[in-house]
Amino acid sequence: MGFFRLFHRHQGATPYLLLAPGLFWLGLFFLAPLGFLIYQSLESGSIVTGFGFHFSWQWSNYWDSLKGYTGEFERSFEYAGLATVIALVVSYPVAYWIAFRGGRWKNLLLLFIVAPFFVTYLIRTLAWQTILADHGLVVRTLIDLHLVAHGGRVLATGTAVVAGITYNFLPFMALPVYVSLEQIDQTLVEAAEDLYANKWLAFLRVTFPLSLPGVVAGTLLTFIPAAGDFINATLLGSPTSHMIGNVINSKFNGGLDYPSAAAMSFILMAVILGLVLLYARAVGAEKLTG
Amino acid sequence: MTSVAAEARGARPRMLAKSLAFVRRQLLTAWALLFFAYLMLPIAVVAVFSFNHPKGRFNFKWESFTFSNWTHWNAIPGIQSAVVLSLEIAVIASLLATALGTLMALALVRYGFRGRGTTNFIVFLPLSTPEIVLGASLLTLFLNFSFPLGFKTILIAHVMFCVSFAVVTVKARLVGFDRHLEEAAMDLGANEWVTFKKVTLPLIAPAILAALLLCFSISIDDFVVSYFVAGSRVTFPIFVWGAARVATPPQINVIGIAFFVIAVSAMVGNVFLQNQRAKQA
Repeated sequence: MGFFRLFHRHQGATPYLLLAPGLFWLGLFFLAPLGFLIYQSLESGSIVTGFGFHFSWQWSNYWDSLKGYTGEFERSFEYAGLATVIALVVSYPVAYWIAFRGGRWKNLLLLFIVAPFFVTYLIRTLAWQTILADHGLVVRTLIDLHLVAHGGRVLATGTAVVAGITYNFLPFMALPVYVSLEQIDQTLVEAAEDLYANKWLAFLRVTFPLSLPGVVAGTLLTFIPAAGDFINATLLGSPTSHMIGNVINSKFNGGLDYPSAAAMSFILMAVILGLVLLYARAVGAEKLTG
Repeated sequence: MTSVAAEARGARPRMLAKSLAFVRRQLLTAWALLFFAYLMLPIAVVAVFSFNHPKGRFNFKWESFTFSNWTHWNAIPGIQSAVVLSLEIAVIASLLATALGTLMALALVRYGFRGRGTTNFIVFLPLSTPEIVLGASLLTLFLNFSFPLGFKTILIAHVMFCVSFAVVTVKARLVGFDRHLEEAAMDLGANEWVTFKKVTLPLIAPAILAALLLCFSISIDDFVVSYFVAGSRVTFPIFVWGAARVATPPQINVIGIAFFVIAVSAMVGNVFLQNQRAKQA
């Protein structure tokens, strides 16, 4: 009856039995596929030479994708980085406002942050297509303000893609930031003010550093999906604002060029993991994995 | 140098600081209100255009008001089966993923065992992998084994990316759990299974429910991974994607807003219930 011994530490097999089904699933359908992805990325052959791919340590898949799609790779990280920074700047004050001035409406306000999520991602992005459309109110206003050249457009530009990504991942930033702000002991801020820090200084020296775990989590939760995104670039951008996700998607689901698509996926994942580790080290968040 | 002068000199910066603080407070509120307006703008657009009667195939320009999109929500071929498939997958995947995730969370919080760090890392990894990589790698696996794409592969994928979310959600609750309650139950003669059923489970039930809802909403909203492994099956997001290229029937908006209204009213109801309970306590 080892299974039911939930309450004693060091009960031999029990933790492994509890973990087994979940780990089995993740091992078979997450880790193993990653292995196949690596394997596939080193295969050669193409749809043109018959549908046979064979493993041949084809490292050129990696170099060729890096060389051939430098722009897409750069744009992925540029757009994702921009969107992450904008999302942080936009949502931090709001998270602060809810945490310290929300009172008993906190939960309701949080709900409003999550609410847009219940309209499918694609529909939300299509709505931005309508909002940013060429003769729409937004574009006309921007033209009147001379922020957009006469006859210029917002849709089908990198700006629209960044705007779409920012909007779509905003809750991923706002929620973790809110959680860490909410946990701050207000007496610490009061203590800083008693010690003659003005409000701004107290924020910079006490509140902001204490909210860093939330900022780190929010940044990662926004940046990672944003870097691999291809929906915003497809629906709001143009081929000149396509990201690496677009290329991977079209090679897998259209061109059937699996080996180079696999290589690109792997480069994307490796770069993201590398950036995450660097970033985690820079801000000193050890407990990233919980 | 009289004390009055000194006081007056002190008063001005104080007043300045006060009015600055007032402006800042209002600024913050104004910022927050603008933020919520921005957040809701696309939703409002979707809602308004669900009542549109578009002339062409695309629903981008306001023409005239109609209820018929709502009364004939399933008039577009394929839309109903797509919604049904999405719901089926979301229900089964969230149940399975939450079950697996809860067990894993119990093991990870309750026990010190070899490989705990590695397990934490394996749970964390899918959360830090872009969806497109998850989808692409699963597709290569299925293709390598010539596994037919369809309902099963979508379900497998959804359980896979939901498990980590379930683990994280339940773990957060278990960490703040008072073990004394279980010890008390055992002292009073309950065996381990009864203690689990009567004490542990009710206490972590809110977290399990939260995990279920989270998994459900992630699953029903997923497009990227599903698109890779769905084969010829069409979930609602895949339907929208396919439609967006050739036409955007307003029925898409109807379904989107219907989901939104159901989910939000359930959550608002829950918030009010909690507030009421907090008042009574």
